[in-house]
Amino acid sequence: MQQNQMSPEAALHYARDKAEWAGLRYSRETTTLRMVRNGLPEKNESQLEEGVMCEVLVDGHFGHAATADVSPEGLKRCFDRALATTRATSKHKVASFTPAQRPKANGKFVSAREKTLDQTSLDEITACLLAGSEAMKVNQLIVNRAARAMLVETQIDFFSSNGSETRQNFDLMDVHLSATAAEGVESQTRNWNFAGQFGGEAFDRLLFSRESERAAREALELLTAPNCPSGTLDLVLMPDQMMLQIHESIGHPLELDRILGDERNYAGWSFVKKEDFGKLQYGSKLMNVTFDPTRRQEMASYEFDDGGNKATREFLIEGGVLKRGLGSLESQLRSGIPGVANFRSASWNRAPIDRMANVNLEPGTSSFDELIAKVENGVWMETNRSWSIDDYRNKFQFGCERARLIKDGKLGAVVRNPNYRGVTVDFWNRLAGVGNASTMTTHGTPFCGKGEPSQVIRVGHSSPACLFKGVEVFGGQT
Amino acid sequence: MSKQFISLVKTHFDACSSALLSSLSTGEELTINVAAEDTLFIRFNGNRVRQNTDVEQIAISLKLQVNGRTIEKSRNVSGNAGVDQKLLASLLESCRIEAKILPIDPNQVPMQNNGNSSEEFHGGLLSPAEVVAAVVGPAEGSDLAGLYAGGSVIRGNKNSKGQIHWFATETFFLDYSLYNGPKAAKGVYAGTKWSATEWEANLSRTKELLALLNKPKIEVKPGQYRTYLAPGALETLVAMTGWWATSGSAWKQGRSPFKKLAEKEAKLSPLFHMAENFTLGLTPRFNSLGEVAEAKLPLIERGELKNLLVSSRTAKEYGLTANAANEQESPRSFDVGTGSLDEKNALKELGTGLYLSNLHYLNWSDPVAARITGMTRYACFWVENGEIVGPIKDMRWDESLYDCLGEKLLALTSKAEIHPAVETYGQRSLGGSRVPGALIDRFTFTL
Repeated sequence: MQQNQMSPEAALHYARDKAEWAGLRYSRETTTLRMVRNGLPEKNESQLEEGVMCEVLVDGHFGHAATADVSPEGLKRCFDRALATTRATSKHKVASFTPAQRPKANGKFVSAREKTLDQTSLDEITACLLAGSEAMKVNQLIVNRAARAMLVETQIDFFSSNGSETRQNFDLMDVHLSATAAEGVESQTRNWNFAGQFGGEAFDRLLFSRESERAAREALELLTAPNCPSGTLDLVLMPDQMMLQIHESIGHPLELDRILGDERNYAGWSFVKKEDFGKLQYGSKLMNVTFDPTRRQEMASYEFDDGGNKATREFLIEGGVLKRGLGSLESQLRSGIPGVANFRSASWNRAPIDRMANVNLEPGTSSFDELIAKVENGVWMETNRSWSIDDYRNKFQFGCERARLIKDGKLGAVVRNPNYRGVTVDFWNRLAGVGNASTMTTHGTPFCGKGEPSQVIRVGHSSPACLFKGVEVFGGQT
Repeated sequence: MSKQFISLVKTHFDACSSALLSSLSTGEELTINVAAEDTLFIRFNGNRVRQNTDVEQIAISLKLQVNGRTIEKSRNVSGNAGVDQKLLASLLESCRIEAKILPIDPNQVPMQNNGNSSEEFHGGLLSPAEVVAAVVGPAEGSDLAGLYAGGSVIRGNKNSKGQIHWFATETFFLDYSLYNGPKAAKGVYAGTKWSATEWEANLSRTKELLALLNKPKIEVKPGQYRTYLAPGALETLVAMTGWWATSGSAWKQGRSPFKKLAEKEAKLSPLFHMAENFTLGLTPRFNSLGEVAEAKLPLIERGELKNLLVSSRTAKEYGLTANAANEQESPRSFDVGTGSLDEKNALKELGTGLYLSNLHYLNWSDPVAARITGMTRYACFWVENGEIVGPIKDMRWDESLYDCLGEKLLALTSKAEIHPAVETYGQRSLGGSRVPGALIDRFTFTL
């Protein structure tokens, strides 16, 4: 373990004399991937990423250098590189910052878990995955039976010249059970996903077997189901699709670095303008959206962001009106828009940028049956399969794995290849029903991509089932 | 600095790998990979610096085969020989412990000596102190956003059967776009030696494209239109084949959008050819097992599938022939064949329709039908009688490859453009593609 060689105080003392402020973020993350396919081991891999990001404020400009050499000499050399490049670039800086964008922070965070991942035996994990793959063996047409678990153990320690010391530890997992049914050139896949900040207690063999069998039976059912109809229809979305809808059409457009243009060359800009905050009717009055890293067990729960800003729950959209952006203290200064604690980096070798963390749609008052009962002619969809949206986050098209027709307030036949498309603000203003807490589940992904240089980061989204009126729905190619 | 970094990593990799290989017990086989870089990243917004990050990283991965089990573990290391050799010895030991617990892997492919190779390409990169002035000086007065990344990139591989591969290159890229309010044009300047003259010429071409966007915006209704995909747009469309379509494993698992093509239920246009072509010099030919691919492997010829990309593991599982594909079985250096359309006449041949410089955020909307949805992005125009009328509002499209690269494909340009990989997730990517422009009939726009 290299960290015991590390002396953040000495390194910061060295850098402090040469900069207006200095910070040091140590991170160590082990990602383990276990996968079985068709009852056989497919992948047993792990990746350890460990290093330090040295950060300096020179002439009002924050600059960074990263090293895996955490010896005293290694950290000095890294700070020297950060200082040299930041001095060279600072006269061309996009904005002028002060140490106020790195407030003093002290505290600890440990993610919710009953049994740490490093105490979870490989035997136990393998047995769970094999049980899942075995349970999918319901028919010869099931050609692929995959069960995969990604386990992530993360430590992030942050120190700064103005007295910050935060230490955060996370265990999280992302499980996928996937069954593919194929006959001739047709094929259909059903997935079950479970993701969040959990420990080894989440490896429940009975649950894995039950969900695997269900996935396989549903894939078979889809193989012979008719295509989803096309037309302007009412649409009920389940939380495992709402997650994507929230992520792409609320989370990303509200990121202040996008609104400020930092992302224009890569992920894109945003249709949201600075003057929209406090005014724009983003959705119907039923729409209430929060930024909430304090909600335990979601994928992006934490106490402090990577700039030392303490995380709090904040309403982004309330009664459908846009209130607050997803922006760090740097972006808040540049934009004048209220933001949140979301300055986050993917690893030791990337600088923090504005990320969305947990963005949740708050529950409403309708039971699931009441949502369905409101629909005369529509489609119910679950589990995201396809996603695409423009670089301003306006025109989207999403597809799901499975759908059922709704006629006269009742769920009907299963249909395959369901898709829908729309434009963000118009779509959210069609929100006509929000499920109550009993319809709500939590989802997330470890793979949200953004930034130059690019970073993938974990995000969480909780949502109830929701009803949208008059949406353009369509099926697969005939 | 880069040349020195390459030399340091080579010495370090040799020492670490020798220590690991000499510690193996009877019955153990080991493949060791190194991926390293020293990169200066500078992010620009408004022709000013948003963030600068200087990264040095060395990652070493181990693949151990013992008693029919396979375990892979990787970690990044510091570059200090004493420290790293202990850490890697510990990593190898943890592989051994897991090997005692895991079930037998019947699809394991025994390691072989796949030969030796060594390539190093040294460039003339700007020093960190020179980069910003060199970029923003010529772009003064422009609203430039983008990323400069420059430094050395290294890939190496050794195994216990004696194979050794080494690849190191010093390169840079400036992936950027210019803005006039919400209007934008895209450019990439990449190479091994920075040239102020080349950068100014590249910038000038992008400025000319941006100027065309000053014409009044045209709102085009959803429908089917004759469409010209510039090389940047066709590259993005064809790159989607790397997402399951070209994979032998995905085909056998029922997930390949080219299932119909593989099973001769569908064809693309006889005008369409695609190969994996390592002679473009964008990436090493060896994969993470040290297997060396053919210099050129045809994937699609005259619209018919010639080869899928097949890893040796897939080959063993399904009885296919391996072709040194990477684990993902996606193209690393794809080359789309040219046609007869002179690019200078592209607008004339388009006549009336849409000119698309770039596409954005593609995804399979119906995998079985190889149907893809995505958006238009950057410099996209409505054209009438061979003349640009004005830029369009971004449009969503939804189109099957079997159609747009099938009977709807009218022509490909006679010249193709090189597109170096500019991805930077975790590390700088190697690879890229060479792609011409394409004229397509009745391309489907939906929103």
